[in-house]
Amino acid sequence: MGKSRSAYSIPGKQGKFDTHIIVVWVDNEAGVLARVVGLFSGRGYNIESLAVAEVDPKLNISRITIVTTGTPQVIEQIKLQLKKLVPVHKVADFKREDKKVIFKEMALFKVVGNNSKKEKALKACKKYNPVILDKTNKSYVIQITALRREIDVMTKNLKKLGLISVSRTGAVAMTRGSEIFK
Amino acid sequence: MSKLYSGAEIVFKCLEDQDVEVIFGYPGGAVLPIYDELKNFKSIKHYLVRHEQGAGHAAEGYARSTGRPGVLLVTSGPGATNAVTALTDAYMDSVPLVCISGQVPTHLIGTDAFQECDTTGITRPCTKHNWLVKDVKNLSQTIHKAFEVATTGRPGPVLVDIPKDVQFQKTGYTKFKTQKKINGKIHNKFSQKEIDELIKLMTLSSKPIFYTGGGVVNSGPKASELLRELVNLTGFPITSTLQGLGAFPGNDSQFLGMLGMHGSYEANNAMHDCDLMINIGARFDDRITGKIDEFSPKSKKIHIDIDPSSINKNVKVDLPIVGDVAEVIGSTIKTIKKVKPNFLKSNNQKISKWWEKIEKWRSVNSFDFVNSSETIKPQYAIQRLYELTKNKDTYVTTEVGQHQMWAAQHYKFDKPNRWMTSGGLGTMGYGLPAAVGVQVAHPNKLVIDIAGEASVLMTMQEMSTAVQYSLPIKIFILNNEYMGMVRQWQELLHDKNYSESYTAALPDFVKLAEAYGCVGMRATKPEELDDKIIEMINTDRPVIFDCLVDKQENCFPMIPSGKPHNQMLLGPKDQQEKKITGKGKTLV
Ligand SMILES: Cc1ncc(C[n+]2csc(CCOP(=O)(O)OP(=O)(O)O)c2C)c(N)n1
Ligand SMILES: [Mg+2]
Repeated sequence: MGKSRSAYSIPGKQGKFDTHIIVVWVDNEAGVLARVVGLFSGRGYNIESLAVAEVDPKLNISRITIVTTGTPQVIEQIKLQLKKLVPVHKVADFKREDKKVIFKEMALFKVVGNNSKKEKALKACKKYNPVILDKTNKSYVIQITALRREIDVMTKNLKKLGLISVSRTGAVAMTRGSEIFK
Repeated sequence: MSKLYSGAEIVFKCLEDQDVEVIFGYPGGAVLPIYDELKNFKSIKHYLVRHEQGAGHAAEGYARSTGRPGVLLVTSGPGATNAVTALTDAYMDSVPLVCISGQVPTHLIGTDAFQECDTTGITRPCTKHNWLVKDVKNLSQTIHKAFEVATTGRPGPVLVDIPKDVQFQKTGYTKFKTQKKINGKIHNKFSQKEIDELIKLMTLSSKPIFYTGGGVVNSGPKASELLRELVNLTGFPITSTLQGLGAFPGNDSQFLGMLGMHGSYEANNAMHDCDLMINIGARFDDRITGKIDEFSPKSKKIHIDIDPSSINKNVKVDLPIVGDVAEVIGSTIKTIKKVKPNFLKSNNQKISKWWEKIEKWRSVNSFDFVNSSETIKPQYAIQRLYELTKNKDTYVTTEVGQHQMWAAQHYKFDKPNRWMTSGGLGTMGYGLPAAVGVQVAHPNKLVIDIAGEASVLMTMQEMSTAVQYSLPIKIFILNNEYMGMVRQWQELLHDKNYSESYTAALPDFVKLAEAYGCVGMRATKPEELDDKIIEMINTDRPVIFDCLVDKQENCFPMIPSGKPHNQMLLGPKDQQEKKITGKGKTLV
């Protein structure tokens, strides 16, 4: 970097990046998503994907699932900063590799082509619980649920089978077994 | 049926219930219903500022000098945006503020109505929390919650945005019962085990240091008392951040002075070489740590803080203790007295070598400067100001720049809440309105803004506020005609290219004072300084004191950018005398 000419210090060593899934329970009120997302953008944290919906209409609680990457120190900060937000009730965090947690994304694929192409496309999705949501002579809309990188691969592979449009969600997560997030 | 109150009345009923006596504000269309009610609430005094930023800083000065939340009232749109700098300042320095802003009526929100802005959107990143109240039924609950959020845990600013129609709507009001102060959202409490561990590390250490910050002041006067007791009990050296000054007496022999970029040689070297660092209510800010990778490499670090997110943010620590400073120090003292009644005696020996080393650093006298009989040296001016006001329980605010650092170096505080400065945000223009707020809170005390001529022009209009309310604040300008701190960086790091750091057309501050209806004074020679300062102190009106100082003076010592603590630049005197050699001295 050469001789620093700034009033600020030179950046220190960077640690290793991990991918984490962070689950946040918040009051479902105006601006709450902006608060959470603003915290990430304002402090330079990364958001790989985000999924949010109300899960308890009675208590007005929404569950936000955020996939993020960062050094262990940054992940720790993300959690602590989230916990300080007034509408945040609870924050759970786990590593992408964590075997005790399932996480899934959903994708909708629109494929256009003749029957054989459409059937090939459907077959290619077999591993990911494909559901045909809409069907015409020329097209299928196929829903699958899978991991992010699996959907990435599918998106690539279906190109030659008439894929013309993709819509996908962020990841949602759930613990395995009878346990729930603490 | 219970009586119905308008939203505007409820605002004041809430303020009354929160024991608010003073608000700073500025009217406008979207808060007119609230202003209309003001006359009916005699226990609340409104101070009309000249700019909403001034209201914010005045509220900060009020808050920091009293330990109570500061309140400001501003209109929608430009009123709210003008308050943003002060809110951000309060956010960075953990000052409890409650900002009430007017908003366009609910049915116009989102239509780009006249003086509409997304106030909660704009202030979201610079408040602890904010609320847009769309239903008068939620108003009282929201305002009380706002006070709770502002004052609990790590304090900070909050904002309540009230649309104009909500100010007219009516509803019932139930009196608010003050609950026991709770620690905001933070529920984890420190354990005795952590205190035991802390004491164990303290007994093992032969090179300990306390590093204390604004958290001690925020924890209340009790925390400062306990800190003094703990420091005496252990015999350890102590240094403080800019914000923590006053929590421990500045002239005590165990105090090493401020640390950090312009901190003392002994404080920074002790931080670098210590084997145990006990951080109490400070946050490892980059102006303190310098180069992170080389920050105090050999020490075990303990961090006591009420805000868990301050721990391990910049520097990894060995023992975090989350809790209120006063409580943690209180338990520590109690435990030491119980399990190690002879702590001081048994430890004195152990740390005596350390003290010898510190005394050696101290003998460098790093705040020293070459005085002059022709021109007033800024450091000399502050020394004289200190000597002539130290017996008066003086409150000092500052602007931002060299003068601020010299004030921190040479003005010695021995009580908390006497020193108000913008540390985190470094807001030029903070000091004058902050002094207004301090003087409002302490009408009979001496309140001085140690100012730079550039900074003070940013909020100079608040002199008019001071005059209106007969607030005898003293604006002591160290006038070097330069944005001195900028000039210093340009001299040292940008090959003396003094790009736009000279103010070629300064006002005549004496005439300016007179134009505002206050008193103007000027000192140009060292020999007249004392008499003029005394005259200033004895003037029972607001004063602008134009102290013409050396224009070239630089602020030393200084840790240059990206350097560790033990590589400080020392002042010209040391450079001439070549007193220090070796690693401790690196010159540009
Ligand atoms: C609002 C704002 N703008 C710019 C700066 C950058 N800045 C820091 S110190 C300084 C110069 C201050 O000059 P002066 O008030 O005369 O104080 P001196 O350093 O000369 O004592 C400037 C421009 C700042 N801190 N705040
Ligand atoms: Mg200046």
